[in-house]
Amino acid sequence: MKKNFKIKHYINYIVVAALGILFTVMALTDSFASPLALIQLEKIVIAVLLAVSLSVVVGFLGELSLGHAGFMCVGAYLGGKVSVLLEPVLGNSFPTLLISMAVGGVVAAAFGVIIGLPALRLRGDYLAIVTLAFGEIVRSIFMNSSRETFGGSLGLATPRFDKKYLFMVGFVMVLICLAVIQNMMKSKHGRAITSIRDSEIAARATGINVTKYKLIVFTVSSFFAGIAGVLYSFSNNNVQSTNFSYNYSIEILVMVVLGGMGSINGSIIAATLITFLDIKLQTILTGNLAVLQDFIYAIVLILIVIYNNAPGLKNFREKYNLQSLINKIAKGMQNPAKRRDDEAKWHRVPTKIEIDEVLSTKIQRDPTTSIKPDKGGND
Amino acid sequence: MEILETLINGLSIGGTYAMIALGYTMVYGIAKMLNFAHGDVIMVGGYTIYVVMAQTGYPLIGLAAAILFCMILGVTVEKLAYKPLRGASPLAVLITAIGVSYLLQSTAQMIFGSSPKMVTLLDLGNVKLGSLKIQWNVIITLIASFVIMLILTLFVKYTRTGRAMVAVSEDKGAAQLMGINSNAIITLTFAIGSALAACAGFFMLMKSPSLSNTMGAMPGIKAFTAAVIGGIGSIPGAMLGGILIGIVEAVSYKITVIAPYTDAIEFLILIIILLVKPSGILGKKRREKV
Repeated sequence: MKKNFKIKHYINYIVVAALGILFTVMALTDSFASPLALIQLEKIVIAVLLAVSLSVVVGFLGELSLGHAGFMCVGAYLGGKVSVLLEPVLGNSFPTLLISMAVGGVVAAAFGVIIGLPALRLRGDYLAIVTLAFGEIVRSIFMNSSRETFGGSLGLATPRFDKKYLFMVGFVMVLICLAVIQNMMKSKHGRAITSIRDSEIAARATGINVTKYKLIVFTVSSFFAGIAGVLYSFSNNNVQSTNFSYNYSIEILVMVVLGGMGSINGSIIAATLITFLDIKLQTILTGNLAVLQDFIYAIVLILIVIYNNAPGLKNFREKYNLQSLINKIAKGMQNPAKRRDDEAKWHRVPTKIEIDEVLSTKIQRDPTTSIKPDKGGND
Repeated sequence: MEILETLINGLSIGGTYAMIALGYTMVYGIAKMLNFAHGDVIMVGGYTIYVVMAQTGYPLIGLAAAILFCMILGVTVEKLAYKPLRGASPLAVLITAIGVSYLLQSTAQMIFGSSPKMVTLLDLGNVKLGSLKIQWNVIITLIASFVIMLILTLFVKYTRTGRAMVAVSEDKGAAQLMGINSNAIITLTFAIGSALAACAGFFMLMKSPSLSNTMGAMPGIKAFTAAVIGGIGSIPGAMLGGILIGIVEAVSYKITVIAPYTDAIEFLILIIILLVKPSGILGKKRREKV
């Protein structure tokens, strides 16, 4: 076994897999209180896939994409169409699902390349508006398609997958997505991507192929968004283009931001919690009260972003944060200044923090032999 | 003749877009942030007009109240949500602005409900010039928006405050050294932008009297597109982009084959222009420094 094997690096796989197995056993033994539970699980898995795939673009590459629902839309329509075409041949079966997922994912990834190309010339706000525009264009094209091709404004009628284990497929996809993204981010490619986020010019100067990495990130991200879209089309009877407006992209973005940008586990937790709350609140808050949910989300979003980013709150933030709280509970477990790489915040290059740490702890300066400023090399 | 009619319609729509786009572009130029919530200020203006109209019955009083209320709202939002984030990453500010946009929309829905409200402002009918038949409100919108844009241009060019705004957008630090209170200028910019959005809300209600909590979202995004096409940060650019988008929209609506794709065409133009000239038509190329 390798020396640097640490259980905490694999904890998310273990938790996701364990939950997946638990739910599968429950589904196969019919232990769920209502059949709706399966649909709710599917919703959660789709949200997790979307949030994790978006977090690569927003959290690690540092570009804002407001068109994630557009990629999902491509996947949902293409995957749905393939399933409609294959149903008479293969039936509503697992191979149909696999082929649909492959087609939906690959086409969405191709769109990712197409939208990634302008991304090479644009940054920040400009890229955000282009991705938003892309999402709206895609939606508009599907909305105005003819009745025979993609169903037009009435939506594409798709067969709902009749097996119980659709969410299990979703769990497996989440695991694959985690494996791809986490391994990518831990490799030298991941370093290159975070360095583009922190300073594109510096990354370029160091010889990093910015073009290549941006394209890779957009392709991977849109591929998994496409897969999420295919799962969506299999989970529903109907794919409606109105469901994929930029509001939905923003909802996914909210999950990523609330989970902590640059933290994959945070995105998973936030996506699960928000979708779960959505489902639960839908039954509690009905009618005019339903809007209360959006209101609270908006306030929470604003407060969290201000808390995390306001320059004026820097000292306050460093004093009272979750990390130091955990450290207080488990005394001396970890230096509060030390952050795991995947928790790196904006403007903070993980390696730099570690260098600072080394400089501040390892070198014990002796006051008598303190380093004097070099006076032209006379000493 | 139909071409001329379409053109006038396009200019009128474009005037409205240009006014919203000016709010985006001025805030971007001076505070270096994308105010995503700007579109929803239009909606707040619309609801203010609705409430005041129900009380008094005079559209112009409604407009004045909307301008005042939107200015207060814009400044309050700037102070509470954006000011703490000055100096933070642009992404953080943008996400906060998205949050504010959601906040305004959901607040409006909580107060007024989700069903659309109808506001009939002025029904002046049509004007006939030879074989031309144009609605009065189109002409009013056209003239009013161009007058407002002219006043704004003169204000920025020839008054001390206007020059101060240009100075802050060029170089905030240097402007401060010259004795300009840049915080006050930023506040003023938000106030002017919000007032323009309120006017745009008035014109939109003249065109179609339906009022809902998401009425500002799509025009907001289109105006933002217009601002980016013209080169964000540039005042003439926003006007040009707004008018361009307006004419494209009017022409596209006239051609039945592409009419359903109007939104897509406008966004496609944005993508093409950004690909050819990433800083927009009249935008200045900003060189990044390490």
